[in-house]
Amino acid sequence: MKYAKRNDGRKFNETRPITAEVGVIKNAVGSAKFQIGKTIAIAAVYGPNNVFPKFLQKPDRAILRCNYNMMAFSGSGDRVRPGTNRRGKEIGMVIEKAFENILDLSEFPKAAIDVFIELPQTDAGTRCAGICAASLALADAGFEMKDLVCAISCGLVGDQVVADLDYSEEDYEGGAVDIPIAMTPRTGEITLLQLDGEISKEDLKKAIEFGKEACLKIYEIQKQVLKAKYEETKQ
Amino acid sequence: MSKLVVVEKQIVVPGEILADGMDFLPGKGTFREGENIIASRLGLVNASGRVVQIVPLAGKYLPKRDDTIIGVVKDMSYSSWFVDVGYPYEGSLSMKDATAEFIERGASLSDYFAVGDVIITKVANVTKEGNIDLTMKAPGLRKLNGGRVIEITPFKIPRVVGKQGSMIGLIKDKTGCTLFVGQNGRIWIRGSSPEAEKLATDAIYLIAEKAHTSGLTERVGEFLEKNKLENQK
Amino acid sequence: MIVSKEYMESIITQNKRIDGRKFEEYRKIEVEYGISSRSAEGSARVKIGDTEVLAGIKMELGTPFPDKSDEGSIMVNVELIPMASSLFESGPPSINAIELARVTDRGIRESKALDFKKFCVREGEKVWLVFIDIYPINADGNLFDACYMAALAAIKDANFPVLEEDKINYKEKGKEKLPLTKMPISCTVWMIGEKFLVDPTQEEELASDARLSIVILENGKICAMQKGGSMALRAEEIFKMIDIAEEKTKEIRRYFK
Repeated sequence: MKYAKRNDGRKFNETRPITAEVGVIKNAVGSAKFQIGKTIAIAAVYGPNNVFPKFLQKPDRAILRCNYNMMAFSGSGDRVRPGTNRRGKEIGMVIEKAFENILDLSEFPKAAIDVFIELPQTDAGTRCAGICAASLALADAGFEMKDLVCAISCGLVGDQVVADLDYSEEDYEGGAVDIPIAMTPRTGEITLLQLDGEISKEDLKKAIEFGKEACLKIYEIQKQVLKAKYEETKQ
Repeated sequence: MSKLVVVEKQIVVPGEILADGMDFLPGKGTFREGENIIASRLGLVNASGRVVQIVPLAGKYLPKRDDTIIGVVKDMSYSSWFVDVGYPYEGSLSMKDATAEFIERGASLSDYFAVGDVIITKVANVTKEGNIDLTMKAPGLRKLNGGRVIEITPFKIPRVVGKQGSMIGLIKDKTGCTLFVGQNGRIWIRGSSPEAEKLATDAIYLIAEKAHTSGLTERVGEFLEKNKLENQK
Repeated sequence: MIVSKEYMESIITQNKRIDGRKFEEYRKIEVEYGISSRSAEGSARVKIGDTEVLAGIKMELGTPFPDKSDEGSIMVNVELIPMASSLFESGPPSINAIELARVTDRGIRESKALDFKKFCVREGEKVWLVFIDIYPINADGNLFDACYMAALAAIKDANFPVLEEDKINYKEKGKEKLPLTKMPISCTVWMIGEKFLVDPTQEEELASDARLSIVILENGKICAMQKGGSMALRAEEIFKMIDIAEEKTKEIRRYFK
């Protein structure tokens, strides 16, 4: 099915408007809010903490624990029952993997760095918004990282490759393919990649390129937001 | 041709390229990738000579031998205390390192330090695995009574102290408070009134917020003058 | 901040507070409506000092209780998420979360601020269930008042969903507001030593011995109370706390005009 014009009029490679802010959760060592379109993610970092039970500790480095949760009133339809669910657990795990080799965890042996991601409102692209927020929060906390991490959901709506699908596009009656991608902006290496649907290799290549393009734009915003906390107060 | 891609005191984020070329050496907060030197944490660029390093703007305490720190007693066993020092695992203060006094066998440990006590203590040793041994056997180390303990990132502590103690002296002077600064980012404040302590607290948070700026001593002086307490006016 | 209980008490006996406030002074209050307007039927954000709480309302159709065949109901849930404080752990609601939820529920339900009969779709068959989910995102004391205010603000912000043949049409936004006819306001008064204070910070809460949450209506009637803490209270103390709550709820009510 032909998807000639996007529901909200965006260009095919255009992301929704993005805003971000750091230092939003005072009790946390680092925190950030990342909003893309109507999807809002808040990330808070705590730690390094001690780890129990002991067998979970790693003797030479910290472990990273990511917790992803949608608030009960954040879904596009029915209420989301609070409590752990399989989808949330899986997303938490892939987000951990997206950061595992980027963070220098050897600074704090036997400890854990905890990242909590909560979504008060969603409109697709939630795990990617969560990753962007978590990246800001970890940098804001002062942890050693090889690079920031940016993420965006690209894919196919009908027959058209697009960047940053919103919920109406994911739900498109002509079919849609959703591809969340996370990458480190300096090297362009991909640290998270998932795919739901049916897509040709050529379209996948194009989607990943849209993803890289969008991530570089997100990176500029992340950099600016991290520095703004200090720069606006600079003499 | 090696070149520095950033300027001194520029704020950089993890992953930013700082220098290009093998003439530069990666210092703290940076790493080498191919010919480039890359920042590995949020902070200010400091390029002295060939070494390029980052002065962190945030981060948690990493204990080092001989650090003087402020700890809180959390627990005790029959022969030692466990002290929270702002690190994932508690430091351990054994009976023999607790005091120069002779402790009788069977004496109650809580006569010396009880759970909840705030102490200035010194890091005697840190192992590779992160086990911390503390000692109270050095001049100036003791229990601190009353007052409050606030916490900032340890990287800003030098700014709170100032050149030759000028900043901390300014705060003590203008608020009348006694202050002890721990290298773990904790600061103990005790004044003649909670208002005096709050003023000192606010001044320290101001320093932490603007640590990377210049003219800070004047700014803090102005702040303390403007918010002077009633009995000092 | 780390402060010993003894030190806190010594300051309190001098009639002072650790942050310089007066005993009956609230920190800065902020109320923002519609923070999750795309997904929630009603939502709000409340900030008291550094304590920040989000609340949202989702409505579902359900069957009424047999003895209340023409009435809907509310279900209040508080999640003390670990994002808000290093003292909170992941997992099912702790007793603290349950108490916060039930006290908030009591204030709204017993005041009859919401006319449950207006939640009836078809008597004996279908009624609206109003789920109020409350999430503190930064905890620095006084969650009782903050959670309550967030719930009330979310109700004030809420509209009925659009019903099409007994199914909710989420693609459209409802225009009919929830039937909030009264404005019960909560104020929790705490005791440290012999003194009463409101809106404690986290450190003050840890040093306190007893608290009393009081919900008061516009007409001055008390519609809910909850005592917490292990110290016993004398009757004169309770009435002194009610006096304080009467004054403070008048001030707080202004945020819900």
